[in-house]
Amino acid sequence: MKLTVDGLLVYFPYDYIYPEQYAYMLELKRALDAKGHGLLEMPSGTGKTISLLSLIVAYMIHNPHHVRKLIYCSRTVPEIEKVLEELKNLIKYYEKSQGEKPSLTGVVLTSRKNLCIHPDVSREREGKLVDGKCHSLTASYIRERHESDNSVPICQFYEGFNREGKESMLPYGVYTIDDMKQYGADRNWCPYFLSRFAIIHAEIVVYSYHYLLDPKIAEVVSKEMHKEAVVVFDEAHNIDNVCIDSLSVKITRRTIDRSTMALQQLEKTVAQIREADAARLTVEYEQMVEGLRHAAAQRETDAVLGNPILPDDVLNEVVPGNIRNAEHFLSFLKRFIEYIKTRLRIQHVVQESPAGFLKDVQARVCIERKPLRFCATRLSSLMKTLEIPDPSNFASLTLITHLATLVSTYTKGFTIIIEPFDDKTPTVSNPILHFSCMDSSIAMRPVFARFQSVIITSGTLSPLDMYPKILDFNPVIMSSFTMTLARPCILPMIVSKGSDQVAISSKYETREDVAVIRNYGQLLVEISASVPDGVVCFFTSYLYLESVVGAWYDQGVVASLQRHKLLFIETQDSAETSFALINYIKACESGRGAVLLSVARGKVSEGVDFDHHLGRAVLMFGIPYVFTQSRILKARLDYLRDQFQIRENDFLTFDAMRHAAQCVGRALRGKTDYGIMIFADKRFSRADKRTKLPRWIQEHLKDSLCNLSTEEAVQICKRWLRQMAQPFTREDQLGVSLLTLAQLQSAEQQEKIEKQVIQK
Amino acid sequence: MTTSSEDVLLSVGGVRYKKGDGTLYVMAQRLAWMLENRDTVAVSHKYADIKTQKISPVGKPKVQLQVVLHDGTCSTFHFVNAAGADAQAKDRDQVKMLLQNLLPKFKRQIDGELEMKSRLLSLHPTLKHLYEDLVISKVINSEEYWNTPTLKTYTESNNIKQEAGVSGAFLADIQPQTDGCNGLKYNLTQDIIDAIFKTYPAVRKKHIDYVPNKMTEAEFWTKFFQSHYFHRDRIASSSSKDLFGECAKMDDQAIASAMKHTTLDLTVDLPQFTENIPMLPSEEESAPEKDRGDNASIHRNMIKRFNQHSIMVLKASHKTNSSNNNNNSSNKTTNNNKVVENGVKESNGVGEKRTAEESTEQPDKKKRILEKLHYEDLEDKPGNEEAQELKLSKIERYLLGPSSQSHQTHTQANNPPPLSALASICQAWSSGQQCQRPVRVSAGACVGALGELSPGGALMRHHHAASMAQLIPPDVKSELHRIYLSGGELLRELWRCFPQPGAATETEDTTARAEKFYEALLRFRNVKLRPFEEKMLRDLTPLATTLTRHMNQMIDTACSKYAVWQQRQAKLR
Repeated sequence: MKLTVDGLLVYFPYDYIYPEQYAYMLELKRALDAKGHGLLEMPSGTGKTISLLSLIVAYMIHNPHHVRKLIYCSRTVPEIEKVLEELKNLIKYYEKSQGEKPSLTGVVLTSRKNLCIHPDVSREREGKLVDGKCHSLTASYIRERHESDNSVPICQFYEGFNREGKESMLPYGVYTIDDMKQYGADRNWCPYFLSRFAIIHAEIVVYSYHYLLDPKIAEVVSKEMHKEAVVVFDEAHNIDNVCIDSLSVKITRRTIDRSTMALQQLEKTVAQIREADAARLTVEYEQMVEGLRHAAAQRETDAVLGNPILPDDVLNEVVPGNIRNAEHFLSFLKRFIEYIKTRLRIQHVVQESPAGFLKDVQARVCIERKPLRFCATRLSSLMKTLEIPDPSNFASLTLITHLATLVSTYTKGFTIIIEPFDDKTPTVSNPILHFSCMDSSIAMRPVFARFQSVIITSGTLSPLDMYPKILDFNPVIMSSFTMTLARPCILPMIVSKGSDQVAISSKYETREDVAVIRNYGQLLVEISASVPDGVVCFFTSYLYLESVVGAWYDQGVVASLQRHKLLFIETQDSAETSFALINYIKACESGRGAVLLSVARGKVSEGVDFDHHLGRAVLMFGIPYVFTQSRILKARLDYLRDQFQIRENDFLTFDAMRHAAQCVGRALRGKTDYGIMIFADKRFSRADKRTKLPRWIQEHLKDSLCNLSTEEAVQICKRWLRQMAQPFTREDQLGVSLLTLAQLQSAEQQEKIEKQVIQK
Repeated sequence: MTTSSEDVLLSVGGVRYKKGDGTLYVMAQRLAWMLENRDTVAVSHKYADIKTQKISPVGKPKVQLQVVLHDGTCSTFHFVNAAGADAQAKDRDQVKMLLQNLLPKFKRQIDGELEMKSRLLSLHPTLKHLYEDLVISKVINSEEYWNTPTLKTYTESNNIKQEAGVSGAFLADIQPQTDGCNGLKYNLTQDIIDAIFKTYPAVRKKHIDYVPNKMTEAEFWTKFFQSHYFHRDRIASSSSKDLFGECAKMDDQAIASAMKHTTLDLTVDLPQFTENIPMLPSEEESAPEKDRGDNASIHRNMIKRFNQHSIMVLKASHKTNSSNNNNNSSNKTTNNNKVVENGVKESNGVGEKRTAEESTEQPDKKKRILEKLHYEDLEDKPGNEEAQELKLSKIERYLLGPSSQSHQTHTQANNPPPLSALASICQAWSSGQQCQRPVRVSAGACVGALGELSPGGALMRHHHAASMAQLIPPDVKSELHRIYLSGGELLRELWRCFPQPGAATETEDTTARAEKFYEALLRFRNVKLRPFEEKMLRDLTPLATTLTRHMNQMIDTACSKYAVWQQRQAKLR
């Protein structure tokens, strides 16, 4: 249908529309008009992506000078593929109704592993190996060597692209990963570098968070993006963690060992070259002196990783004298590594600020701050000079230089924690140095500053006011949408006690209590006996999951579970879990039914959807708080309190509730779907927890559903399932939760939608 | 002689049959008895004919063995070995054991078919009527009857037996009971054993290896229940003592290889979800997985076993399902194969090195994404055209609802053509591929023919349906109905034998078939229709001729068509 959103003609590739989709577009348009940032929460499975795409694409077509580019960031590869398919749909719809393709190009960028078509390289399963092999075939010095010596292998696809690919632009259209590969294969061009090149000019770019948020990748990939762009972060409930991870470094004993080895190898190579071709090193030295770091026109293939710090923080100075010489630099690094090694040799936990760390480095091994800041660039320059064919062997060393550069650049918002052992196994010595970012706004700030509009959206962003605080930005719109429903297709319940009236809770004091575990088991057994098809349970941690399963086996809960459904359990091995999952799906699809035990914050909870029959009921056993004893977390909490005036407890609850909501939200997709959401912990019924759930869940969580025992919950489930099993036709939905164009345009409905948007 | 041509598996002397002493021979195909000092076989039963064997209770003075045949007769053999009761019993048991092994082999094939047929007849009264009219009255023989297409749909759809799956909790259901003196008793039924074998092929292998050569059945299962393998909460020890230690390993291997060979759906392929940062050590690498204490690894092991158990249970029940669906699925995959290979059409010789298994993945992947994207309520079109095929064992029940069973006779009297035939045609239409009959008549001609056949049409001019219905008494009506039923069946068969216009030339086979059915039709007229007409003449004079006129007309038409065809055939030769 073609609808007008606040005067803008929007092509929407479906015949009907949900009211909240319209409301969402309305709000989104306001943000774009104001050229500001936005924060939008809309229930999962109500077609967020298509609403976003159709509005922004329409906006771009109508205001081509206003918004030139859409950068759509999502988290996982399947998500990215879904976005591309939706975009394709939309463009197809444009084509159908206008008779021609809109002059837009949509391109995806993903890792080499997903895009490579080189017959040998693409066979590697691991991304790291693909990157390394690719580099060893395409680096500029390798290609130079090939010119003089034909036996040096190069990649025909990259050569093809390099010869012809840069002259022409991609024809208009949307290119998925497979399309990109096909296009590349047809022309003998490398799809990866083709899309690296294409994203600069394409109107729509879809890629994962890292390409924009992680400074070391963003510098290489996204440096030349237009300023007049709309950036969308979808599924952004975890965006702060992504920001933090991109600026944090973890060093273990293993890293040290490997980097020592790498260093020795480098020394050897330098010595060889010094003998054979000393001129090369001299040239490099000369370049350093002149500060011409980019003199040797940086070839796209050479730079794999950029500087780990934000572009604004990079010093535009000449590399300091004491590390200009290759040998000097290597001995400098050696000293630094030795220093970290000694720091890892400790018996108790140490926490210190970057400033303290720098001072200690200065005092103990006489390394100043300034040369440390250049470590990362200096190393990559050296590797280029030495013509290292496969830099993936030097990963650990690179990590160390990143640490050096980061620690000497940032003094605020970071902390260094050295732990002699893992908290769970205090007897095993396993020292780890965490260089941890505590402020998610550091990585986010340049994005907000650079781009015209940044939209942060997800199904679960409640409480909304937390995000502007922790990401430190000022949104022009901030809205949460509820779900209009013709029938109550979600049934959230809080089960607070078992049949024996013992309160159930994953509280630290009671979580190992036999009665609590038994009651959890009882609840699951009863639910699996009365709910058809798939049932998913989330535990608060792997450890808890393991101990509960152990206890359930002894109590016979597992046996009675198996009597109703097949049992699958998430493990820490992701390949094993994938296999279990695919069998879980098979079991659900064959009508046999299955139970999946999984972990909040685990990979399953973050990336797998359990829509329709795959998850008719989702149970959340306990409140998924983070492991609060973690020192990194404690440091971050302190920082948040001091800098942003966020109370410790508020943040913890916020974090726990967004994960809980994320878990249960996986069960729903679309309004014809239905699912039960059970929060099995007494503490959920407290106001501070309940009110932090997304609005669309809260709305259905009536007071009468907040303090149930197992039996009551099962009774309610049964009644509700019978109701849901009745035929549900479009006529039931029309006018209420589903609108035709005519209905949408009626004044009454418009007013209703306006009201629905909850401004915060 | 029969004896010379067959292997004698066992011969037992001193067996009395009908007061004569002789020798009992257990042979490969039959059970035979010969009177002493004679060379002719007095008693000979094929194993296929034997329904059961019975033996006399242990305490009885006479040691006897009786075989009951399918037709109800039985033969009793009295073992009179001179060496005494023990030897007699031993002889008897030898025969018994041998028979026990032999009989099931022959029984299954014959019995299965017979049973199914008789069940079919009892389930569907229409079929039974047909059978009575056509077979018992010797119009056609039984084999022809079962080969008519109407019957075939019944027999074939019933041939596929649905095998029961495996309960997820079968191991847990083996509840140990204390027997009061420090022991445990496990109740093991054949079902559970089957389930164990089906789910755990490794155990079946062990069972084949060990029983009965190295240990007895009971010992084997005792060992099984004692093993770590059964008790999942213990770590599988690799000591040679535990018989099932390597079973666990075999399971691990099986799962691992299955993991390697299944292409994961992209929505669940967790390792591929996130994109790694190039050139940096990844998370897993820097933090090597270590076993954290014993307690945790026990649980982890157990979790692994639970997953394996579920996967294997699923696999056990899928094996049987997949064999049914094999035809459908294989068709589909081959179609997909050709389209695109790993998203890359062959060009510049790129696609060549891709492995074959990957090729099917891509279209599936795309389909899967679209499936995930689709909002059924936002779209106007009816979403999925490809509906699941409905397989019915009792079509009539489905069409009429379950209540029809009780009013069977009533409803049948109202339905002129054989309902089963209609249903079978419907099924053939609905499932397209099952019955690929070539188009014989154009749609227009069909409608025309139907019009002619309806009351008022050229072929039905003398038919006054309304008045007739009231005039005919119910018993006559039902009889007429049956005549139509059987006659229709025969007519249809006959018409089917005529060559189709424009189709392939008829073979010898169809000619023979046509002749057979032509004769059958004539027989039917003589045996069934004529007596009915005569009876009508006696009872219902005014209506008598009109009642069967249509039937006669139809038969005449068919006969004349046959005659014409025959003439043409003769000319051609």
